[in-house]
Amino acid sequence: MTAIGSARSDAPTGLRRVAGRLRADRWATTGLVVIGLFVLAAVFAGPLTAISGQNPYTYHLDRLDDSGSPLGFGGGISPTHWFGVEPLTGRDLFAIVVFGSRTSLLVSVSATVLAVVVGVLVGITTGFFGGWYDRTLSRVIDVLFGFPSLVFMISLTAIVPTSFPKPLLIILVIGFFGWPSIARVVRGQTLSLRERNFVVASNAMGGGPWHIIAHQVLPNVSATIIVFATISIPSMIGVEAALSFLGVGVPPPTPSWGRTIGDAVTWVQTDPSYLVFPGAALFLVTLAFNVVGDGLRDALDPRRGVVSR
Amino acid sequence: MRTAGFVAYRIAGMLVVLLAIAAITYAIFYLLPTNPAQLSCGKPCTPENLARVERFMGYDLPWYQQFWDFLRGIVAGRTYGSGAGAVTCATPCFGYSFQLNTTVTDLIVSRFPVTASIAVGAAAVWLVVGVGSGVASALTRGSAIDRGIMTIAIAGVSAPSYLVGLLAILFFSFTLHLLPSGGYVAFGDDPLQWLGHLALPWFTLAFISGAVYARLTRGQMLEVMGEDYIRTARAKGLTERRVVVRHGLRNALIPVVTIFGLDLGGLLGGAVITEKVFSMQGLGALLIDAVHTLDLQVVVGFTLFAAFLIVLANFAVDLVYGLVDPRVKARV
Repeated sequence: MTAIGSARSDAPTGLRRVAGRLRADRWATTGLVVIGLFVLAAVFAGPLTAISGQNPYTYHLDRLDDSGSPLGFGGGISPTHWFGVEPLTGRDLFAIVVFGSRTSLLVSVSATVLAVVVGVLVGITTGFFGGWYDRTLSRVIDVLFGFPSLVFMISLTAIVPTSFPKPLLIILVIGFFGWPSIARVVRGQTLSLRERNFVVASNAMGGGPWHIIAHQVLPNVSATIIVFATISIPSMIGVEAALSFLGVGVPPPTPSWGRTIGDAVTWVQTDPSYLVFPGAALFLVTLAFNVVGDGLRDALDPRRGVVSR
Repeated sequence: MRTAGFVAYRIAGMLVVLLAIAAITYAIFYLLPTNPAQLSCGKPCTPENLARVERFMGYDLPWYQQFWDFLRGIVAGRTYGSGAGAVTCATPCFGYSFQLNTTVTDLIVSRFPVTASIAVGAAAVWLVVGVGSGVASALTRGSAIDRGIMTIAIAGVSAPSYLVGLLAILFFSFTLHLLPSGGYVAFGDDPLQWLGHLALPWFTLAFISGAVYARLTRGQMLEVMGEDYIRTARAKGLTERRVVVRHGLRNALIPVVTIFGLDLGGLLGGAVITEKVFSMQGLGALLIDAVHTLDLQVVVGFTLFAAFLIVLANFAVDLVYGLVDPRVKARV
């Protein structure tokens, strides 16, 4: 929000400088480590769950009692089932959580990439060219902000034919509602950059508009783009999980934290650990991204040095 | 006079946005390959039956005629079919559910009190708690209080509302047996029960949104309190309280007002997640049910209604700006 108007002329946007400052931030470093662990878990989900010889799809009905709730302490925690098992099916909860991180990160990162690419493209061009093109797209962005995005996403799942791959639909829909905010910020920065001497000079030396956009404007907004991408990933993770929680997200049997938490609603009283493990994973990764996002924003703050946390 | 012009200009702009949203919603839901008549036709759908349903719902007409009927229905009501089997849908007609045999407007009206109770109460709590703790945090920057509030706040913005809600149910209902785990009791039936059933949803939503407001308010306060006019106000010899409230907070609240309008508007259009967690039959539950039963008329009418609420909230925010922001007032 505050970034919109704060495109200051002395803003240090060198990425190396930002990285240095980030490294000095203890919380941000911890956040980066946590994110790294989740990424590793997502990438090596297969080998990781193979350690205890589990996968997220095999039923273990022998681990359940007659009512379908897991046998043993903490939802059936044992040397073979580290987080216990799922009620009714007996599927390994550790494997579900680990493979769930793959779904979560894949959807959120893809949606973020989509939102950033469209947002940056629209933001830079509207800020740079201005005129009716800018006015039209700014109105479109206003309208999109007026859209109840969650309601709309839920509604869309009702009409898109089931033959269309659901994960792709989720990525497209979440990404689509993500680009306007990025476009707004990038447009604001481009507007101020356009008046700067090096851009004017590049123009005077015969650089075409696309040359200036690619070689002068884009490098100068790159830091903003990175911060924005970092901030939007956790919200995209949240939206994917929310849709799955409501039963309109990634379809089973693909593991998804949100769906598992949604299933856990009816088991809260009898088997709280069914809620706790996927919930903790979702909370931790979102928290880590938010902490890193905060750290990045602080590192980029031109008034840093005066204001310290 | 100029204020009236400003308001008229904003209303015109609002109508354009509403029309655009109606057109987009209509285009996406009724012109995509999904056949709404097919969805309403029932399981053994014979071609004659389908044709009859299509004619009844008006889907045999060209798209511009359909869109016009749709728009006119919102403003002037409409009648589906003709003769003895005709169904009237009074103004404002957002569609007719052929599965529930009632108008979408009636459905929305019947569910609205639940959602409004959740939304308004939660918004009041989070506004007070969020802004209050944000100001406290900013005024004690760097202290233990500030760090404590900000740590809770970043946890709040990172925790999904359903997770917080479920943990709250687990703790306050199942462990302490203090509050009911879900459901809704109308205020008119029993005000105390109404309050009891709403306490957990309110505080769950307030925790999540309050965290966002605390972070935003703190950032804004820190920025505003560093401005020259604050120094001027202090130099004039005003009391610190007056400086903070009249000069600091009033300016810091401007972006908070923007977000608040959008958040409240969005929440009134269905607290989808909260309603599911606390098993309340509000607008959000209506939407989820309609999606699962493929009741397209409800889905479209409801989406439009939710969008209208956000646009209205935006409009209200613009008007409130005039009250809060001295610069806007000067311009108008």
